[in-house]
Amino acid sequence: MRGLSRSALSVAVDKVSRVPVIEARDLTKVYGELRAVDAISFEVASGESFGLLGPNGAGKSTTMRMIGGTSLRTSGTLLVNGLDPEVNGPEVRANLGVVPQTDNLDGELRARENLVMYGRYFGLPYSYLNPKADELLAFAQLTEKAGEKVDNLSGGMKRRLTIARALVNEPRVLLLDEPTTGLDPQARHILWDRLFRLKEQGVTLIVTTHFMDEAEQLCDRLIVIDHGRIVAEGSPPTLIRQYATREVLELRFGSERNGTLVDQLRDLGRLEVLPDRVLLYTDDGEAALAAVHHRGLVPVTSLVRRSSLEDVFLRLTGRSLID
Amino acid sequence: MTDFVDTNALAYSGRALPAAQQARRVRRWGWWYQAEWRLRGMKAYWTSAVGSSLLTPILYLIAMGVGLGTLVDSGSGGVAGVPYLTFVAPGLLVSTVVMSAGSELTFPVMDGFKWSKLYFARAATAAAPLQVAVGEVVAVGIRFVLEATVFWLILVIAGVVGFGSWPMIAVAALAAMALGTPLMAYAATLEDEGFQFSLVQRFVINPMFLFAGTFFPLESMPIYLQWIGWISPMWHGTQVARLLGFGLPVPGWLVAVHLAFLVALTLGGTVLAARIFTRRLAK
Repeated sequence: MRGLSRSALSVAVDKVSRVPVIEARDLTKVYGELRAVDAISFEVASGESFGLLGPNGAGKSTTMRMIGGTSLRTSGTLLVNGLDPEVNGPEVRANLGVVPQTDNLDGELRARENLVMYGRYFGLPYSYLNPKADELLAFAQLTEKAGEKVDNLSGGMKRRLTIARALVNEPRVLLLDEPTTGLDPQARHILWDRLFRLKEQGVTLIVTTHFMDEAEQLCDRLIVIDHGRIVAEGSPPTLIRQYATREVLELRFGSERNGTLVDQLRDLGRLEVLPDRVLLYTDDGEAALAAVHHRGLVPVTSLVRRSSLEDVFLRLTGRSLID
Repeated sequence: MTDFVDTNALAYSGRALPAAQQARRVRRWGWWYQAEWRLRGMKAYWTSAVGSSLLTPILYLIAMGVGLGTLVDSGSGGVAGVPYLTFVAPGLLVSTVVMSAGSELTFPVMDGFKWSKLYFARAATAAAPLQVAVGEVVAVGIRFVLEATVFWLILVIAGVVGFGSWPMIAVAALAAMALGTPLMAYAATLEDEGFQFSLVQRFVINPMFLFAGTFFPLESMPIYLQWIGWISPMWHGTQVARLLGFGLPVPGWLVAVHLAFLVALTLGGTVLAARIFTRRLAK
């Protein structure tokens, strides 16, 4: 599935045009003392899949809400399809599909009713909404659950229904705030597959996540946000090339010894010492591991892996994404 | 699972209205979409609402007409020159409808912000927070009118009021809005679990019910308690309903004052609620 999706993505990348769907300049949001979003600037092209990556509280959700005009910016400029969401809220949101961080479906209504009633808020007639709801249920693999009360659906089903709901007005841009948080691995893969299909059809995806694998899977390009500021920007492979080495050697010596061995490893490559393990950045992990053994150091476990966005984040902020 | 739809056409079937047109329609009709949703939600307690709308007046008629009415009428020969049941019935209609404002515009509003967070889902659509607030008011207003109509029909069937008294339906609904919309604005400000509502019920709505001239003329109260009637939408509504029900002598200017008070509270409450909704849904 991973391989298939990758090729689908590369086809889709060709469709990306240069027209910016979103243009943010010095976008800032201050809550009292807290600068939740601190003068960030970015552009998203039509058809692009764009990620906002950062830990909880980095300002990702606030940025998403400002795009939809449901959070008012403190300063800076923001255009969505050329319109200011604070001035032209209905026009901007008619072009957006919003998947919030926590599902806010109507638990009392049936799955199908949720789609139809939500569509009413876009001025869409029942003659359009009734067949559209059936198509969206099929897309979300919920056809059998059409008549089920939403309260009785599983977490993964609710998430897919929320995404289906966001598509009811055929938006050009889909905002996904932590789309797979709380889902099991299988449910995540189903969801990613659905998102790829939308991307193939030219829908612009804007995704916030604190999952590295999700960002690598879904995003053509991303910004890494920390404390409301952009700390890096680029495609996942570019960022990894720029801020990490090709491979990482993970060594566990036990929590007491991890810190004490730093001096003996320093010359082998850049080190990150975490509470449970030591990460050694190198272009050849196996060779580094051999060198470690050669020095008479015997880790409890060791692992050589490819660098990921997790390593990029660690390098940029000195902290891991999920504490 | 089979996809019987062409998922390639899912994003743009070409059947949806263009975004600009969607936005135009919502700018005009957004309030109604919210009302539509709220009325559909009432379906969940439809039977109990209808049941209590039917049962409440019947129980009141029996208790007040047969029970208390007999006692009052034999003791004092009625109130305000009419049998006690005729006197009390318009007040009961108004106060019953006003009482339901205490449930329709408190917890459901809190739910929209706090528990189900459905108002936030609305804010992400093309609708505006102001329209969400107005839609709630409209939907609940429709519910009040239906409730008042049922009550009034029972009074007509029982021969307590005549057909010509039908405007009291609108008066009752208006009185309910006059209490309900400020309550809704208040409910929209609450961040906690809403325990305040039982205090509101006990110390605001119940005294209004008991001291608002529903069961006896307000003038028979000592002057230092009459102010409760004057600030109570129930009393203002009841006085106009009595004029319509049995011709209680109320001068024209006072009718105007009663109605103006109710309209002012309704408009003021709605404007306030709309502002609070806007502030809370677009921080």
